[in-house]
Amino acid sequence: MNTAEPFAELPVAPKPPLRRFHQARWDEPMIFELSRPGRRGVAVPEPGAPRVELPESVRRAEPPKLPELAQPHVVRHYLRLSQENLGNDLNIDVGQGTCTMKYSPKVNDRFAAAVAELHPLQHEDTVQGVLEIYWRMERMLAEISGMSRVSLQPASGSAAIYANIAMIRAYHAARGETHRDQVITTIFSHPSNAACAKVAGFEVITLMPDADGLPDIEALRAAVGPRTAALMITNPEDTGIFNPRIREFVDLVHEAGGLACYDQANANGILGITRARDAGFDLCHFNLHKTFSTPHSCGGPAAGACGVSADLAPFLPGPVVVFDGSAYRLETPERSIGKVRPFLGVTQNIVRAYAWIMSLGAEGLRQVAETAALNNNYLMRKIIAIPGASAPWGTRRIEQARYSWQELAEETGVHSEEIGVRAADFGVHYWTSHHPYLVPEPFTLEPTESYSMEDLDEYAAILAHVADEARRDPEMVKGAPYNQSVHKIDPSPLDDPKAWAPTWRAYVRKHLS
Amino acid sequence: MTHPYIPNAEPGVRAEMLAAIGAESVEEFYAGIPADLRLDRPLDLPEPLTAESDLVRHMNGLLGRTTGTDEALSFLGHGCYPHHVPAVCDEVNSRSEFLTAYAGEPYEDHGRFQALFEYVSMMGELLEMDVVNVPTYDGFQAAGTALRMACRYTGRSKVLVSAAVAADKLSKLRDFLAPDVEIVPAPVGDDGQLAVPAFDDSYAAIYLETPNVYGVVETRGRELADLAHAQGALLVVGADPISLGVLAPPAAYGADIACGDIQSLGMHQSFGGGHAGYIATHDHEPLVAEFPSRLFGIAPTKVPGEYGFGDVFYDRTSFAHREEGKEWVGTAAALWGITAGVYLALMGPHGMRELGETILARTRYAMDALARSVTVLHPDAVHFREFAVEVPSSAALLDRLRERGIYGGVPLDDRTVLVCVTERHSIADIDRLAAEIAEIAATQETL
Repeated sequence: MNTAEPFAELPVAPKPPLRRFHQARWDEPMIFELSRPGRRGVAVPEPGAPRVELPESVRRAEPPKLPELAQPHVVRHYLRLSQENLGNDLNIDVGQGTCTMKYSPKVNDRFAAAVAELHPLQHEDTVQGVLEIYWRMERMLAEISGMSRVSLQPASGSAAIYANIAMIRAYHAARGETHRDQVITTIFSHPSNAACAKVAGFEVITLMPDADGLPDIEALRAAVGPRTAALMITNPEDTGIFNPRIREFVDLVHEAGGLACYDQANANGILGITRARDAGFDLCHFNLHKTFSTPHSCGGPAAGACGVSADLAPFLPGPVVVFDGSAYRLETPERSIGKVRPFLGVTQNIVRAYAWIMSLGAEGLRQVAETAALNNNYLMRKIIAIPGASAPWGTRRIEQARYSWQELAEETGVHSEEIGVRAADFGVHYWTSHHPYLVPEPFTLEPTESYSMEDLDEYAAILAHVADEARRDPEMVKGAPYNQSVHKIDPSPLDDPKAWAPTWRAYVRKHLS
Repeated sequence: MTHPYIPNAEPGVRAEMLAAIGAESVEEFYAGIPADLRLDRPLDLPEPLTAESDLVRHMNGLLGRTTGTDEALSFLGHGCYPHHVPAVCDEVNSRSEFLTAYAGEPYEDHGRFQALFEYVSMMGELLEMDVVNVPTYDGFQAAGTALRMACRYTGRSKVLVSAAVAADKLSKLRDFLAPDVEIVPAPVGDDGQLAVPAFDDSYAAIYLETPNVYGVVETRGRELADLAHAQGALLVVGADPISLGVLAPPAAYGADIACGDIQSLGMHQSFGGGHAGYIATHDHEPLVAEFPSRLFGIAPTKVPGEYGFGDVFYDRTSFAHREEGKEWVGTAAALWGITAGVYLALMGPHGMRELGETILARTRYAMDALARSVTVLHPDAVHFREFAVEVPSSAALLDRLRERGIYGGVPLDDRTVLVCVTERHSIADIDRLAAEIAEIAATQETL
């Protein structure tokens, strides 16, 4: 018989209100520090043919100083690092507003793996199944957006924005309207709308919000004219507010001879509710890694989709898949802007996104949208009830909201970034906002359809706890994190050219030699 | 039934949440959308396959209608390469913690920062350069951005681009560099290498690729670097990192910017889904300032012996400055960077050298074997992994080979076929290709 410990009582006590989280902390060295000469992680085959002697002009003089590890230690090192990373599968991932963090179904990963051994330049006859997936996916996104044709070639959302602006440029050039050198966007549209337009050679005009948080239509009226190439706009914007006058925006641009291009990064709350083409847009894009569930992969590979009206279809990146009633073929549109990326697209993600839509169907997509809106409105009531938190411009939101800790920051001196870092001690993450911080002390939450009411309650409770802690013990919050893989970082060397170390070799040269 | 992916679709919880909000129905959340913009019908989509088993059957039906390179004998390359992918690469990049993460801070996503820092650091060793970006989309984008960096750095708007690059890549460069950068093609000599061209101080850069589109290893890098530098221009070199265990890195012969695709380093072909791009420079502040990509670096933490990470010189990106930043930055291909890091850690310096030696030897073996029945182009040049053959009809040869279960190569034009050989091709595979081509050549007058 064991001697009872003093805590030997059943039942086990209930869980405390907040999770006692601690991130894995392996105190893992840099991989170069694990190296021992002579070890190897994987073997390669012998040539089996006479060796080729290289001329000195192209021969590598010194072996690269790569680390040398045996296979078990490579696995262990990277699995430790993976444990020190907070994937969507492991947390209530509602804090990455604008990014639509949703569950990525596991079964879809199997379909993605099934294309591993397909080469993109195989003869069309040998890849009919995957071309059919591209074709069917295109038709489904055309229906969801109302557009005529869709290119699945862009590698990401920003790449799709760039492809759209390249088509806009080609469209105007084809009509002899190269004087159209201005693109209008809004401050609450993703910064890539402005940045891509600039790279494509356009002057960028940015509309600021009016008193209701919507882009100022009077500013648009003043901006449009013979130089207008396009309006590039998100709706709902990153505030989560749907612009009810969007049709007027589109009409104003059309009247001036410009095109209207819809960044649908925030489409998750409006699937099956309203469509880009029905508001008059000429082009749009979706992020398949956001709205259509492909995993975010630490920041890609992702996938983008560009939808266009019939007038713009001849300009699509090539090739596109066509179906002649019996077989799928590749075809480059007549006035194609050319390639925006190698080959046809990020195929494994096209496959995943296709499978996701096929699992949901029309009714399911609508349920996704409605639930995203429901979750957001529910969470919003909980967040604005936290003393010190607020949401500008009232409570009218679709699928996300940009909040402010301004009141809390003024009261305690604790900033939004610091609240976020402390919240991570409880196993969650949040993101502030793109720059500039138009909403002071911002944070942006987007609780997609993947989260339960219980999840949202837990998330709100964590923020409420940290806000309360900021009042009771601001230094505690400012000193965070405590329960993470590493402790508080001083980022100042990262901006000093003499000290910064963008690689290990730079670090060794500057700090260890 | 409540859909398995949507927990709050369950009617009871939905009602409870609506009550908590004080809303009658979800319609209230859409009050801001004008009636004439509302879709008044269900989307016209295929019937859903909600049961996972039904979905699997449907997807297997589609995916089964393909014949992959593992079911045929494939010599396809031309930008997407069938190198062996070590199992450990797949193990790491399918870990949910990496696969499903996005953009956490350097605390909750410490692992992502360290893994990507290690990736750029190992690339830095391979390239002998101190600054390497968190991956951009692909090698096309890397080349386009590297050339734009050179233009911004020099304040010039004309680039000399080797004609020995893939047509698709040139297409991307034309679109991406328009309208403000002029591309002047540099001709290819009979030896398959870039012919040293006329050059002056109106150029921002020379773009050289090695191995080039014909698989030819360019040998005049130093000469081109000197030519560029004499005019205040940069040498930008596109190089596949998998060759750098045996080939000199671009920095060794004077390149200012190196760039390329990392698909070879542990990514499957995936019908073109395995691409990611690298860009590298020396630690020269004015050039570092021209990167649009994120750069990760080491920062100290409160605790001695702990590595923290963060963004180096963030104040140049479009995240910081919208259209006033350098090009743009966003989601690209980070997981492939992590994977390439795993690949390089597994291979180490000697694995990279041995792999390079095997590929060099098998490429030459295949060139010699095919030369017995078709014309091999640029036979005297050093080749890595690819070579071109000239035939009477590319399509006729490839069709006949396909009938025999061989994907014989990529047609560059009606008469030129590009053949790719990696460490995955055994000597017997190469012999089989050569024998089939010899037989077709003997029986087909059109060949």
